[in-house]
Amino acid sequence: MSPKAAKTRKIIATTSLAGCFGCHMSLLDIDERLFDLIELVEFNKSPFDDIKTFTRECDIGLVEGGCCNDENVHVLTEFRKHCKTLVAFGECALMGGLPALRNTIPLRECLEEAYLHGPTVAGRNPQGLIPSDPDIPKILNRVYPCHEVVKIDYFLPGCPPSADLIWDALVALVTGQELEPQYRTFKFD
Amino acid sequence: MASFVRFTLDGRACLAEEGAQLVAAAKECGVYIPTLCNYPGIPPKGACRICTVLVNGIPQTACTTKVVEDMAVVTRTPELEEFRKAVVEILFAEGNHLCPSCERSGNCELQALAYRYRVTVPHFPYLFPKRDVEAWHPKLVKDHNRCIQCKRCIRGIHNAEGKAIFAFGKRGDKVVINIDPETSKNISDELAQRAMDICPVGAILRKGKGFDTPIGRRKYDHQPIGSEVQA
Repeated sequence: MSPKAAKTRKIIATTSLAGCFGCHMSLLDIDERLFDLIELVEFNKSPFDDIKTFTRECDIGLVEGGCCNDENVHVLTEFRKHCKTLVAFGECALMGGLPALRNTIPLRECLEEAYLHGPTVAGRNPQGLIPSDPDIPKILNRVYPCHEVVKIDYFLPGCPPSADLIWDALVALVTGQELEPQYRTFKFD
Repeated sequence: MASFVRFTLDGRACLAEEGAQLVAAAKECGVYIPTLCNYPGIPPKGACRICTVLVNGIPQTACTTKVVEDMAVVTRTPELEEFRKAVVEILFAEGNHLCPSCERSGNCELQALAYRYRVTVPHFPYLFPKRDVEAWHPKLVKDHNRCIQCKRCIRGIHNAEGKAIFAFGKRGDKVVINIDPETSKNISDELAQRAMDICPVGAILRKGKGFDTPIGRRKYDHQPIGSEVQA
């Protein structure tokens, strides 16, 4: 790669909040286009390169998963602070997804089922302890889609979003083009 | 012989049988008007409002409007399309529509309309209402999380004696579509299938019938809803 190309590469950060990493896997599904991607972008904070904290300001932030605990909120807020353009991708980031199934159940009931009454724990927790160590992220009353916590600039639907949709979106963002998603890649499942 | 009337659709001169339903007449003329609570062959309801068009400049639901002589109909304006998108968004926000885990995904009319209007997230807050899944009926499953209260099942599904199998209870935002346990328990598999098919979403399922069409071969995987009428 020429030094000029390296200088103009966009900086990208990614994270998975209350997600399953399926959206990240789908990003890797762009296959040989990964080589093109590396020409176009440089990764900063991301599970791909294991950079844990932002070391510089980023052009694009990709967020998978919604917010189910206070650590998710913290990371999402950091992403908003450090990324010029923030993209929520995947059903969980857009509407809470599978984790949001608990949204109709009161938090206390969820915790009691998980630690006191569930079939794998019933009778094995005589003191009735529900973990509340300060080192453990505090669980929220419900799962929040990303756009209910910070401003999100773009949304990519799908469970996971198809590799082609993610690719098209990244190319559009890097080159400054408007994205008109193809019908076949714009799906909710 | 049926008499015909002249009317215009988006400025184009068209013919229809007098008294024809506007949605059906437009379809005959190759113009797609999106519908959700409308179903061919059962009385229209005008419940979901997604088929709203301008009739002589006035917004009206096309499913409950009959074609009359000299009627000027406009089916597509930026405002109407925005309005239709908002209807889809409201329905997504007010229920619990988790497409990835729904048996109807890919064959769902609500989802297909969301694809058509490129809905990503609604402009309205998700309500996450607490709703039940009735899985105890012998022939049918009713998932209230997915129900959009279009009442197609109430209007279209009757048992051999002509009795309705579905009915609604409560009013307003609390309205709930119920299955009559008595009339539904002995229905034929064909009628159960018809009940599942008449539901635009995945709120009515046949008992024991889950995902049966692979991704890529479902109704709306490749072509947007309405493209069979108008490209």
